[in-house]
Amino acid sequence: MLLIYCPYCEEERSELEFRGAGDAHIVRPSNIADITDEEFEEFFFLRDNPKGLIFERWRHINGCGRFFNAARDTVSDKFKLTYKAGEPKPDLDAAAPAAALVETYEATESNAK
Amino acid sequence: MTGANRIPGAGRLTPAKTARFTFDGKSYTALEGDTVASALLANGVHLVGRSFKYHRPRGVVSAGPEEPNALIGVERDAARQQPNVRATVQEVFDGMKTISQNRYPSLSFDVGSINNLLSPFFAAGFYYKTFMWPKQAWKHIYEPQIRAAAGLGVAPTQEDPDHYASRYAHCDVLVIGGGIAGLSAALAAAKTGARVILCDEQPEVGGAMHYDKSVTVDGVDGFTWAQKTAADLAKMSNVTVLTRTTAFGYYAQNFVALVERVTDHVSKPDRRLPRERMWQVRAKRVIIATGAIERHMVFANNDRPGILQASAARTYLNHFGVAVGRKVGVYTANDSAYEAAFDLKRAGVTVAAIVDCREKPGEAVLAEARSLGIEVLTGHSVIDTSGKLRVAGMSVARNGSTAKRNIAIDALLTSAGWTPSVHMFSQSRGKVAYDAASGAFLPGVYAQDCLSIGACNGTNDLQATIEEALAAGELMAKASGFEAASKVELQAKNAFQWTGGMSGAAEGAGEDTTVKAFIDFQNDVCAKDIRLAVREGMHSIEHIKRFTTNGMATDQGKLSNLHGLAIAAEALGRGIPEVGLTTFRAPYTPVTFGTLISHSRGELFDPTRKTPMHALEEAEGAVFEDVGQWKRAWYYPRAGEDMHQAVNRECKTVRESVGMFDASTLGKIEVVGPDAAAFLNLIYTNSWDTLKPGRCRYGIMLREDGFVYDDGVVGRMAEDRFHVTTTTGGAARVMNHMEDYLQTEFPHLNVWLTSATEQWAVIAVQGPKARDVIASLVEGIDLSNEAFPHMSVREGKICGVPTRLFRMSFTGEMGFEVNVPADFGPAIWEAIRAEVEKAGGCAYGTETMHILRAEKGYIIVGQDTDGTVTPDDASLSWAVGKKKPDFVGIRGLKRPDLVKSGRKQLVGLLTKDPKVVLEEGAQIVADPNQPKPMTMLGHVTSSYWSENCGRSIAMALVVDGKAKLGQTLYVPMPDRTIAVEVSEMVFIDKEGVRLNG
Repeated sequence: MLLIYCPYCEEERSELEFRGAGDAHIVRPSNIADITDEEFEEFFFLRDNPKGLIFERWRHINGCGRFFNAARDTVSDKFKLTYKAGEPKPDLDAAAPAAALVETYEATESNAK
Repeated sequence: MTGANRIPGAGRLTPAKTARFTFDGKSYTALEGDTVASALLANGVHLVGRSFKYHRPRGVVSAGPEEPNALIGVERDAARQQPNVRATVQEVFDGMKTISQNRYPSLSFDVGSINNLLSPFFAAGFYYKTFMWPKQAWKHIYEPQIRAAAGLGVAPTQEDPDHYASRYAHCDVLVIGGGIAGLSAALAAAKTGARVILCDEQPEVGGAMHYDKSVTVDGVDGFTWAQKTAADLAKMSNVTVLTRTTAFGYYAQNFVALVERVTDHVSKPDRRLPRERMWQVRAKRVIIATGAIERHMVFANNDRPGILQASAARTYLNHFGVAVGRKVGVYTANDSAYEAAFDLKRAGVTVAAIVDCREKPGEAVLAEARSLGIEVLTGHSVIDTSGKLRVAGMSVARNGSTAKRNIAIDALLTSAGWTPSVHMFSQSRGKVAYDAASGAFLPGVYAQDCLSIGACNGTNDLQATIEEALAAGELMAKASGFEAASKVELQAKNAFQWTGGMSGAAEGAGEDTTVKAFIDFQNDVCAKDIRLAVREGMHSIEHIKRFTTNGMATDQGKLSNLHGLAIAAEALGRGIPEVGLTTFRAPYTPVTFGTLISHSRGELFDPTRKTPMHALEEAEGAVFEDVGQWKRAWYYPRAGEDMHQAVNRECKTVRESVGMFDASTLGKIEVVGPDAAAFLNLIYTNSWDTLKPGRCRYGIMLREDGFVYDDGVVGRMAEDRFHVTTTTGGAARVMNHMEDYLQTEFPHLNVWLTSATEQWAVIAVQGPKARDVIASLVEGIDLSNEAFPHMSVREGKICGVPTRLFRMSFTGEMGFEVNVPADFGPAIWEAIRAEVEKAGGCAYGTETMHILRAEKGYIIVGQDTDGTVTPDDASLSWAVGKKKPDFVGIRGLKRPDLVKSGRKQLVGLLTKDPKVVLEEGAQIVADPNQPKPMTMLGHVTSSYWSENCGRSIAMALVVDGKAKLGQTLYVPMPDRTIAVEVSEMVFIDKEGVRLNG
């Protein structure tokens, strides 16, 4: 069970208190009624499923109730960072070498060296 | 006497404390502290089970949790029966009944052992190949037969009467394993003041000290030192020592699950105590001190009862005072087994010979063997064994020679070396690394804040282990913020340094396909099976594991994995590290379901929600139905009425006079703030600017994709305050949906959302006499049609209690919904109930509510819609604000698929035979005679008998339904085809005049 740092409560709390809410930094167009089918498809349907770093929304639903954003590594399942909704997407390139140290799930599945 | 094989003076149990138990109906005496295995061995019982596949007789192999063979059923009473208990772990209590498993009719004569002779037909993967034809036979014949013949114990049939506990714990340092290493580390960490939890799976700490009698720590016998240290630790306020507690799962961020067996060893447990307790420990740092497990030797017929680990034989002697035989042989590839021979010899047991497959064993053990007069055959191997239900002899040959010598024995101790227990480390997602020097997989790259020490880290020297442990304890405490005031120092000694070890098949394990040299006892996997798997094309160790089932039984390959890997590597012509280990998964040892679910069963499995008026409804005889977690009054049968009669009466009564209904479960959200209307404009398809305070509007909520998400009536209490209602089932997700948009997409809006579902008790009063019923109770509200028209809301008092009174209807009749603070619900219900009685009305339940609304064509989101229905599909386009610049779903509604023709639309259905009631979910076709598969046009979403209409009515989603009004369609059922006519959805009072009373 993960511990997740709520940027509003400023505290690490158990995963049980949170609920995932999909990808972060997908902005609802202010002129949404006028966008093309392709733009709507891009906005609503298309999602990356990255192996590695993902930015996603979480809600501290059984806590303060706030939605916030998180950078998580989908391979190690580790949270790199959480931050308040509305804050810009952080540049985590500096943290990339640390991410590389995390061994992949496939590697632990077999062929451990 | 507690067994012929109990050696007077040996072991640590107290001879005066005895306990009686039975095994397969025969009574035995044990000593307090015995395991079932040690007590049976003390009584000369080696045969304890039959193997999984071949039904070969099997005996105790180990003295710990790695036991593959000695699985027994333990019975306390009719309900308390546990199968597949490891006899080497289960402590004897007075009065316990145990039974052997997987044998018929008896353990010593088992008809299933014919499988042993038929074994050429049961090669690895046989069930994937043999039982494939005919197809149906697998499900009905082969699988049930195989399951009956192969297998483990039988699950109890009664409900588990015991209770289980669960608790969370936090600590700075969690130490897994209470051997010398774990204790030393815990001591060093505890001395810094850090909060320490130490757990050990055995009843007593000490680990290897159970068997190794030669160790002294600070001049004290190792086992005694361990007990004293654990006692000292337990006295410290910052330390928790848990015995009989297995760490079985290591999860993310140092979250470790432990199971503590609280009463399984007690003869008459205090029933207030839980049987087992799960600890969910969040540790800042974890020290893994899980030791190592001795591997058996792999050679022909190495599975006879009486053949066991050398260290197990030492444990039985030195801890339990039991000699596993009177004339024992030893077969080894490393030095540790010699010490078993020395201990047994000194206890008066004859050691027939030590057979060592190495040419050069350790000098020290050789010298000791010589001085004790034990024959050592170096460079020899045991190539076969004899004996039916217990080993009686071993055939020994010089390596490379076929000339064999038969030696009579009644027990054979084997040791191929030690496998570090890296289970916990590996579960923590750490990567193991192969250490060629020791032939072992050791902790390599760490993924979490933990540290492995001692034998599980490949550290075998005793003093080195202690120093590693002390340093680790200090380091991990320091990492958690605690400094050591003074260093802990310990000096330890033991008799011998061990060398050697091997993995894989020994001499005499056979190159052919008939010799049974077992690597996995529990799943009957032999060396030949691994080779067969490789020949058949399995090149990944994960495939080999699944094809042969090696390591897949309840012991999870604790003995067999490395052997299987080594044989596979040899057959593949690759090195062991290139082949790799299979993944270690939780649980480390089997965990009962009771422990995992703890209190979450029966009534506590899921919360039950009851409305404030529940008890009153119950008293009136309501039958309840489950709606999500809610209990809702379904109908109120009177004497002699069945459901049908009760519902018909309720339906008639509401339309003819008045009915009252508990609508408290409706979701309610208070939307407040200067931008409240602007917010609702975005959330609902409707426009809210034009809604005046005191008026209500039916609102539709979409998802961004344009499909109906929820609906409900919204009342405007003031310019900046709305009383929103949602469906019962949608309350929580609608709140989440609104919060999501408010917090993330529209944060500029100044609005507060408050869930008020449980703050209001809601009593719907519906029917021509509804106004008469409440008139005498309501104060301060003019109830006339002119002052208080349909779709209005007023605040006032009812029976002196503040109320939000809605004039609205889900029945099509004149109706009111009385909202009062939840605590007043019962009193107001009773007051209204009395007035309803006077008016000749009744209380009605959800079934009647459903029928009445269907008579009016009012939809239920989630029943008549399914997440693919647009407002237009449901004939609700009128509720979509055409001039609004934005609302959630506005763009989705314009998607090509949502505007094209041929969509399924909600319509009414009238059966040609008015008495026939359609089944909800039934499919609809145009031509009932078309060949199958038929073209399905849609399905019935709601269907009822309407007493008010005197016929059945239904709603359905039908392709182009609105264009099919008046057409005849068909509903094919298994026994008949029902003709239906497509109709409007409103079946009663199409003009809506009844709403005004």
